[in-house]
Amino acid sequence: MTATDPAIEVSGLTKSYGDHTVLDGVDLTVPTGTVYALLGPNGAGKTTIVNILATLLAPGDGEIRVAGFDVRREPAGVRAAIGVTGQFSAIDELLTGAENLRLMADLAHLDRARATTAVTVMLERFDLARAADRRAQTYSGGEKRRLDLAMTLIARPRLIFLDEPTAGLDPRSRRDLWAIVREQVTGGVTVLLTTQYLEEADQLADRIGVLDGGRLVAEGTAAQLKRRVPGGHVSVQFTDAAGLAAAAAAHPAATADAEALTLQVPGDGSIAGLRRVLDGLDDDDVAGLTVSSADLDDVFLALTGRAAEAPAAEEIPA
Amino acid sequence: MSATYTVRDSATMLRRNLLHIRRYPSLSIMLVAQPILFLLLFVYVFGGTLGAGLPGQQGGGDRGDYLVFITPGILFMTVTSVALGTAISTATDMTTGIIARFRTMNIARVSVLTGHVLGAVIRTGFAVVIVTAFAFLLGFRSDADPLRWLGAIGLLLLIAFSLTWLTVGMGLAADSVETASNTPLFLVILPFVSSAFVPTDAMPAGLRQFAEYQPFTPMINTLRALVTGAATDSDRWLAIGWCVAIALLGYLWSRRLFLRVPAT
Repeated sequence: MTATDPAIEVSGLTKSYGDHTVLDGVDLTVPTGTVYALLGPNGAGKTTIVNILATLLAPGDGEIRVAGFDVRREPAGVRAAIGVTGQFSAIDELLTGAENLRLMADLAHLDRARATTAVTVMLERFDLARAADRRAQTYSGGEKRRLDLAMTLIARPRLIFLDEPTAGLDPRSRRDLWAIVREQVTGGVTVLLTTQYLEEADQLADRIGVLDGGRLVAEGTAAQLKRRVPGGHVSVQFTDAAGLAAAAAAHPAATADAEALTLQVPGDGSIAGLRRVLDGLDDDDVAGLTVSSADLDDVFLALTGRAAEAPAAEEIPA
Repeated sequence: MSATYTVRDSATMLRRNLLHIRRYPSLSIMLVAQPILFLLLFVYVFGGTLGAGLPGQQGGGDRGDYLVFITPGILFMTVTSVALGTAISTATDMTTGIIARFRTMNIARVSVLTGHVLGAVIRTGFAVVIVTAFAFLLGFRSDADPLRWLGAIGLLLLIAFSLTWLTVGMGLAADSVETASNTPLFLVILPFVSSAFVPTDAMPAGLRQFAEYQPFTPMINTLRALVTGAATDSDRWLAIGWCVAIALLGYLWSRRLFLRVPAT
């Protein structure tokens, strides 16, 4: 594989369990040294794609090459190039953090001296030095995730798969993890990550693919995708019904909730748009104000054209 | 995958399993307690009566003779007890996330299983030493020379090796840890229909034939000959043959179960 070959090449990938279609013809190309994010709700098929690319699951139809190797015929070549951190922690809970890392270093066939050095370096880098001799079952969620990622990276894979790497993490741990991923990319590693958070894809990815019902419904840079999405919304809470009614009349595109005395005005993400909303409001009438940027629901709604009363998640096959 | 890597990966996985055994001692204690309980039960509750029925003793034997008769059978049950535990620990291991990680790594993947088997053989070694010491404590004495004891230990480890490959397969085939603890139960039942607790001659026809021809009987007979210092007969080749056959079958089955890339 030369540096210009794509790290991942997928065309026409399908997968079904009986009559239940999980992947319905996915085409995907990830150039070497870039970050690609698969964005989608639960059940969209993100994990299925990762498992197939990681040789954990047999594909249906389609051509799939990872690091230049065919996943069906040359799985050993694929495995030699990749590292995987899944949603469920892939650590040995009965072993200590240091023992877990040593296990991985030995399985990567590092010699004794290099293995010892690598374990120490990883414990430091992932802020696990103090927890090194504790059993992994006593680790916090953040520590487990860091150990998990350290175990993936100790073998220095050229291509890493991160399946919802920050699900369930607090904001600080999430930021730490993003920093580690960026550092890897600087070192020339290719990353395929799946996420439910637009912000995460936005922060990390060069390209984002939106997955819906086993199909890529949109693909592009974060900026390109956001241009196709309304810029979130401004939510205003009023003190009385009269104030609400007046504001609702001024903003025909907004949705009013008479019960909760709130008005949701679609925004375009610009300051000018926000100012237009604020200009029409009287301070005495307003009890509260929230500005929401576009989230996955907004992206999803805009891209699939699915109406709000039919929640996206329920229509996606599990 | 080169042979060097296969050996190295197996050693790494063995180290992992030995750590598991050390970190989770209650399972080992339970596995050793079972044959010891059987020994106590059979010697002190049934031993007086069963000893009297032993052939080859003038006017029948006593409790002490029965202890000598049953000790090899109990050592055999020590092996099956640990093998049963290995089905459970293999099934439990398969539910953990690290197994998926191993599957995505460029390693000799069967070493995950080899680690379980070798770990179980070492665990069996310790269990056998404890149970043997316990038998001596109860009054077991033997004329066997060190060479015979060495032979007995070798045979026990060979039996452990073969039965464990079988139970690792059961652990892999089981859809839950509960199932994995049930399927190998025949390993606990079968010794009762063998020469472990009573001479097969005492059984009615049909049952006797079954007991004589089932794989555990030649193993137990050979073990008994070695441990009591008697001469071994053709049973020893039958015992070794069964061990090799069961090990090979268990290995191929386990390997197939573990290496297939699941379609679901």
